[in-house]
Amino acid sequence: MISRFQTVLFVILLVASIAMSGILWHLRDRAHQRLVAGEDSAPTQAPEVAPAEQATLLVANDSDSSLLTQVQSLPLPQDPGARARAILGKLLDLYAAPDATHPIPGGAASVAQVFLMPAPALESNSAAGAAAPGKTGLNENGPELAVVNLTAAFAASHPSGIETETLTLLSICGTLHANLPRVTQVRFLVDGKVRSTLAGHADLTRTYLAAEAVPTEGSHP
Amino acid sequence: MCLCMCVLAASAAAYRGACGQAPPAPVAQTAPAAPQARFMVVLDAAHGGDDPGGKLTDGEPEKTFDLALSVRLRSLLGARGMQVVTTRESDATMDASRRAEIANHANAQACLSLHASESGSGVHLFVSSLAPIEPTRFTPWRTAQAAWVTRSLALAGVLNSALLHAGMSVTLGRTSLPVVDSMSCPAVAVEIAPESAQATAPGQPPTAELNDPAYQARVAEAIAAAMLQWKADAGRTEARNP
Repeated sequence: MISRFQTVLFVILLVASIAMSGILWHLRDRAHQRLVAGEDSAPTQAPEVAPAEQATLLVANDSDSSLLTQVQSLPLPQDPGARARAILGKLLDLYAAPDATHPIPGGAASVAQVFLMPAPALESNSAAGAAAPGKTGLNENGPELAVVNLTAAFAASHPSGIETETLTLLSICGTLHANLPRVTQVRFLVDGKVRSTLAGHADLTRTYLAAEAVPTEGSHP
Repeated sequence: MCLCMCVLAASAAAYRGACGQAPPAPVAQTAPAAPQARFMVVLDAAHGGDDPGGKLTDGEPEKTFDLALSVRLRSLLGARGMQVVTTRESDATMDASRRAEIANHANAQACLSLHASESGSGVHLFVSSLAPIEPTRFTPWRTAQAAWVTRSLALAGVLNSALLHAGMSVTLGRTSLPVVDSMSCPAVAVEIAPESAQATAPGQPPTAELNDPAYQARVAEAIAAAMLQWKADAGRTEARNP
């Protein structure tokens, strides 16, 4: 038979357990609220407050397969990587607009990151644009390689075709070189991985020479 | 793995035939003129199988259009006395290396990679963006086309003339396509887009859609005429450089 003392002890422990559960649940909610509030108020680089600067965009036009130079004024951060991303975001925003001359859905969010690093030296007999990996004559103040990490959603929604894919890549390369002249080579990743083609045609495994994409006014790439 | 593969970038006969750089014959040519050298064209219908390519307006996958154009061109070129090798005859999956292998084994005088797109207007002709290099006995697989870029540009010029003569708008460009970059022959990627009356007017409705049989026939006839011209040019080059 259970003694009275044991029964009282059991009830006390049960009540204590329930009370502790309630307190734990309450503390968990408070921690979650604190975390969410912390994320909201975390200091971030806000391009909107940066001073507006002029950026040169090479905008593709499907109707005549050309790249046209367009100067836009937009707030640009000082960090070169963030700056490159903001400029490319503006370029892709133009392509996502309803009256775009080179329509691609996605907009600025399609560029996940842009990394800038010293460009590896090209092999002397490598073909234009087909930079061979291997030699790495790095120079901190020399030419730079831009690695543009696109989102998988952008690649999936990009119209398929040699011309349209080529124009997209050349306009990105040309825009980077026009605004960051030290960027001489560009490589593309999709969701952080090497992908064979953008949308079934244009090669994404090679290194593009950015200067080749800069055309004379309205010329064909 | 394909990085490690090398191709015999210019088999002697094919290269001499295409470039007209054969050394003089060591003995006098007393025999009657040899029968006309074969003229081989490789048609590469892009995509296929698991790779549908782009989606055309009427829902047709690009691979179907490309194959139909390849079949039509094969007939037209065969009727004009040319030998034709196709990379695929059915809806089969083929990777870029296999396509280039077929083209390179054929020692062809012209290689055409056939594509279609709803973007742009008219016919887009693309040559590899590799920088031209002097032909060497062995070249890297991925840049085998570099030794042929000059000839490829000439082939694109002949195609351009024929298509313009047929009243179509043509866009010439350079690009990097893995298939074309690995081909050791004069190679051009031909992309067919809907024909627009005024290519420079955005929003202008196309005057000929891709699914228009008359438009397809016009494009195929113009390409066949270009190949005939290319064959004649090659014959003249050989006549000058026996």
